[in-house]
Amino acid sequence: MIEFQHVSKHYGERFTALRDLNFHLPRGEMAFLTGHSGAGKSTLLKLIMLMERPSQGRILVGGQALDRTPRRQVPYLRRHIGVVFQDHQLLFDRTVFDNVALPLMVCGTPPREIARRVRAALDKVGLLSKEKMSPVQLSGGEQQRIGIARAVVNKPSLLLADEPTGNLDPALSADIMGLFQQFNQVGVTVLIATHDIALVERLGRPVMTLDQGRLIRGGQRVQEPAHG
Amino acid sequence: MAKGASSNKPSSRRPPMPPPPPRRRGAAQARGAWREQLDSYLQHHRTSARDSADRLYKAPLSSMMTGMVIAIALALPVVLLLVLASVQQLSGDWQDTARIAVYLADDTGEEQARELQQQWQARDELSEVVFIHRDQALEDFREQAGLQDALEYLDSNPLPHTLIMTPAQDYRQEAVLEALMASLESLDQVAQVQLDMAWLQRLNAIAELMRQAVLVLGLLLGVAVVLVIGNSIRMAIENRRSEILVVKLVGGSDTFVRRPFLYTGLWSGLLGGLLAWWLVEVALWWLSAPVDQLAALYHSDFSLLRLPFSGLLSLLAVAMGFGWLGSWLAVKRHLRLIEPR
Repeated sequence: MIEFQHVSKHYGERFTALRDLNFHLPRGEMAFLTGHSGAGKSTLLKLIMLMERPSQGRILVGGQALDRTPRRQVPYLRRHIGVVFQDHQLLFDRTVFDNVALPLMVCGTPPREIARRVRAALDKVGLLSKEKMSPVQLSGGEQQRIGIARAVVNKPSLLLADEPTGNLDPALSADIMGLFQQFNQVGVTVLIATHDIALVERLGRPVMTLDQGRLIRGGQRVQEPAHG
Repeated sequence: MAKGASSNKPSSRRPPMPPPPPRRRGAAQARGAWREQLDSYLQHHRTSARDSADRLYKAPLSSMMTGMVIAIALALPVVLLLVLASVQQLSGDWQDTARIAVYLADDTGEEQARELQQQWQARDELSEVVFIHRDQALEDFREQAGLQDALEYLDSNPLPHTLIMTPAQDYRQEAVLEALMASLESLDQVAQVQLDMAWLQRLNAIAELMRQAVLVLGLLLGVAVVLVIGNSIRMAIENRRSEILVVKLVGGSDTFVRRPFLYTGLWSGLLGGLLAWWLVEVALWWLSAPVDQLAALYHSDFSLLRLPFSGLLSLLAVAMGFGWLGSWLAVKRHLRLIEPR
């Protein structure tokens, strides 16, 4: 599903965010990306989202080479990827429903279909009763779940999450991870960047660790499986 | 287990994802899907249009200020053009009622003059020929010009007999009139023929020149309108930065992101156009009193032209066009700069 081939990313002359990255995340897998802050986790996710372009190397997502994706095509690629952010990126001037509906609206989904799928997604994260509220009225954990509902409402085949449990207490974090596992069980490929090592170890999923932009665990460099 | 490129085992839990860009479904469903796409496209147009109008309505002060700037810039050339059109129409009226004054030679007596009058009256080119006796002319002159005292000093009447000729409706063309004048001038009994149109032509030329100047002014003000709208759209884009970022993150295309701003430009233009119309009406009402007074002094029924309905429609169309153009320029320039990082 995701394949990195000798990918590097430099910012300017001096700063290198990622160095010669090689890995392959198969379809239907659920994996974690860990590392200290500034190790390049977010950069890696941004490369997959085409928010950044690599300085060197090749990235394939769903079999498509990203370096051959022209700017105009970027939105269409993003429609197949659900993303969850640490700060959830919700719009506070809209209702929960409208926030979750956004990915469907940009695809031109018919309104009736939008309503059906938004409710299904909200039901999945257990917040169907709050569809008419503003995200401001919700707790941090609930906001994050709205963010997840928005990420999956489009039924993407790939789900990325950047520190989805960053601001949450352990119980809520486990809750959120449970949701990701559920999506993975129905076939969604999931890649989660987090520094919450304890949580990651407990779940027993493949782990890739970045350090100073290098992959030091998982991927191609380390042959031994990480866990489980 | 993390998968290296060499050691991965393909998972068979899920069918492959269709590669982007998205594919349409099967042929049987194609038409229905196409229909749905069109519906939702129109739906987004409706939503954007309504949402943009809503935003303008909810910020009345700034909307009105932008609208007023646009209105002033549009109303100024429109009022000037209407005034010029009025003046040109007036000179057109006078052209219609042009008369030829034929001053007869001093030695042409009254008998001869009346004969000439009969003779010319018979011609097709002229609808009417009036004879004015020299004494009558002097009397008129005395009354009108208030020159009695000066005229007292004259021993005899210096004025000749005069024939005032009115060209027939069908012959009011310059060439015809000139030929007519030439044949009149060639007569022995005639001293001078005058068709006093030169000043009218000059007035027309001046009005035409001013019309050109107003068009240039209008063009410059049009540029100003485009810039004003561009600037307000730029601010709107800044205000909705986070929203634009999120929309781009979830796969909103440039067209999708652009649409509400283009509608904002369109509506701002429409608002500006309506306000401009109102300003034009106020200005004409304001000017009409002194103009009527002036016209009354000259026994004229001259009055300023009002903006016709078609003119109002063009004004609104131009305003909306400028609005759209301004927002398009702003959007083209600024939306690109807002990319998720």
